[in-house]
Amino acid sequence: MPPRTTARRTPGVLASALAITRKDLLIEFRSRSVILSAVAFAVLAITIFFFAWDPTAVASVDLAPGVLWVIFTFSGLLGLHRSFGVEQPTRAIDALLAAPVGREAIYLGKLLANLGFVIVVQAISLPAVALLYNVPIGGYVLPLIGVVLLASIGLVAVGTLFSSMVVSTRLAELLLPLLALPFFVPVILPAAQATARLMNGRPVVEVSGYISILGAFDIVFLVVCTLLYPYTLEQ
Amino acid sequence: MTLAPAAEFSVTATDLVRSFGSRRAVNGVSLSLSAGDCLALFGPNGAGKTTLLRMLGGLLRPTSGQATIEGVALPGGVELRARVGLVSHQTMLYDALTARENVEFAARMYGVADVRQASQRVLQRLGAESFADLRVQSLSRGMQQRVSVARAIVHEPSLLLADEPFTGLDAGGASALTRMLADLRDSGATIIIVTHNLDEALALCTAAAIMREGRFVRLDRTPIPARDEYTALYRELSVDAS
Repeated sequence: MPPRTTARRTPGVLASALAITRKDLLIEFRSRSVILSAVAFAVLAITIFFFAWDPTAVASVDLAPGVLWVIFTFSGLLGLHRSFGVEQPTRAIDALLAAPVGREAIYLGKLLANLGFVIVVQAISLPAVALLYNVPIGGYVLPLIGVVLLASIGLVAVGTLFSSMVVSTRLAELLLPLLALPFFVPVILPAAQATARLMNGRPVVEVSGYISILGAFDIVFLVVCTLLYPYTLEQ
Repeated sequence: MTLAPAAEFSVTATDLVRSFGSRRAVNGVSLSLSAGDCLALFGPNGAGKTTLLRMLGGLLRPTSGQATIEGVALPGGVELRARVGLVSHQTMLYDALTARENVEFAARMYGVADVRQASQRVLQRLGAESFADLRVQSLSRGMQQRVSVARAIVHEPSLLLADEPFTGLDAGGASALTRMLADLRDSGATIIIVTHNLDEALALCTAAAIMREGRFVRLDRTPIPARDEYTALYRELSVDAS
């Protein structure tokens, strides 16, 4: 071999993960294929719930948390399905797997991109729900954002793993929610409870237990899913 | 079977086996290649060519047997994958990104120190500079394949694995790709190319093998029989047999 003209060193996990995140977000920014459908779904769902709502029977602060988490969950699934789907048409996933990066870097890169996608949809949905259902969130917006972010990390951690598992199957769009939703439950339950209490004007200290549960699930899901991801790949 | 007489091999494989359930897709392949060798692999569909390539690329674990790439044993992990480039009939490119963005992304994945400079250099080398800033989805099949090769060699791999790279290319595109691969071979890289295109592959290779049912049923090194003779051999050993 002639002397190599290109210096190289094995990229670190974080650098590789961030490169994958940047690439995925750039592709989504260019195509806007999923973000638009997720936002359209969110707006439509908020509107449907609003017109089905009887304000004399259910108070807005009791309905809004449920509406919010239904939207977050299902709009998130749209993005999660796309996560590894973008690698399939030209088998770009083979190039990714052939690169000298740890499998965990691929998982973390996808996870961060999915988290970015979910946060964008939430940033649109949360004010929309607050506005339409007349729920003033100004007094507890920071703890509410904290709850939403913690829950999103757990949802995306599990969803990214399952997205990788089902992407090459013929029934991927059906299998992803079927597999992921049962694992979403331990995250959505405390998140919805914490959101309901905050919207009902309860003190932040009353939701600290739920925040701890969410934090614990995040750690467990992140560690377990990162360790399991390499086993989802064809070897 | 040994191809290279030299003691120092770039690629070696000994009794390499890969099974899927009870079926042996690759069934005891042995080979040795030196730097600058180009092995053309022919054979009917299902002969195990792609499986062999995927094992050498670190994408599949061998069921048994050993192989090394520049002394790194399979499956080898990141150390092995850093030495290999992969080209396929599928471009493995992102349509929404430009040619340059695709190549730069690959350079980052391989830890290339100066991503921009390396990408620019390889795009220039493959004559892709004029359309480097166009999105891949707007490029012709031949242009896309050129970018795909650029993506695969931006880190200057020691071994290039090409799985049916001529598929979908017209005669001009196939000739251009042959020239690119010959240039790469002459620069010292080892190439293994899986193809049904005998004309292009025989013009390029320093060794040729015919695979059937997971095994090499014939292996030649330079001088490889003339095209007509080899075509007849190929037909006899693979097409008729299948």
